[in-house]
Amino acid sequence: MLTITPYHFLILSILLVGVGFLGLLIRRNILLMLMSLELMLNGINIALITFSRVGNNLDGSIFVFFIMTVAAAEVAVGLALLVALFKKRKSVLSDDMALLKN
Amino acid sequence: MTSVDFLFWIFAILSVGGGVCMVFSKHPVSAAMFMIVSLVGVAALFVLLEAFFLAVLQVLVYAGAVMVLFLFIIMLLDVGPNASKQKITHLKTGMIGITGSLLLISTLIFIVENGGGTSNFVHSELPMQATNSLEFSTNISAFGYGLMTKYMLPIQISGFMLLASMIGVIILSKRSSPHDDA
Repeated sequence: MLTITPYHFLILSILLVGVGFLGLLIRRNILLMLMSLELMLNGINIALITFSRVGNNLDGSIFVFFIMTVAAAEVAVGLALLVALFKKRKSVLSDDMALLKN
Repeated sequence: MTSVDFLFWIFAILSVGGGVCMVFSKHPVSAAMFMIVSLVGVAALFVLLEAFFLAVLQVLVYAGAVMVLFLFIIMLLDVGPNASKQKITHLKTGMIGITGSLLLISTLIFIVENGGGTSNFVHSELPMQATNSLEFSTNISAFGYGLMTKYMLPIQISGFMLLASMIGVIILSKRSSPHDDA
């Protein structure tokens, strides 16, 4: 068995981004879509820390810090919007948000 | 196979498997629980990459604050019983989603393996280090030094962004009161 290289971490981060993208595309529940977004951001964080570690450069790690800040703010605003939407539409499914469809 | 390799495979399976179970779980509460498993696995991978501060931050911010917020909203909206009765997705959307994400994964792996594919860049000519870059360090003080010197403006902007999002959330949750006076 070969030992772990940065390549393995990059493949893992790609897999996490792919799984998050899959969840974002197929789920109908907007809560689950927000969680999939978080998963994609986590995959990107792993790639950034790997590059930061390999390139001996702290800037990538500081970028991860800012991504975490933005993700926390994004979740707070997204969930508040979702609660406001739920009070108006009585649903959290993306199928029911079809005002522009017809 | 050293012990670090063993830990890598354990936490890799934990994070990706938690993500897959999250995407395909019917009940939102169990999806949130699988998400916590995945986030803790990612935090352990940060430890393997020697980013200890970010690992602690990952557990505190994501597994602590963000997922608790998610669980509170799931319980507040009470979407559990309704959502578990229906299918999680339509067949057509599922096929499109699986095709799209497989395309994304294979494209990204192709790029990683070929170092950018067909580009005729001479990679050795690129500067290996950005100008006035900070050395990687496991020390928190190096992190704080970087934040307070090179990244002074971004940290102030992100603080302002947090304030703006807090005000936005307050206004949004006041608007949606039962007596709609807006």
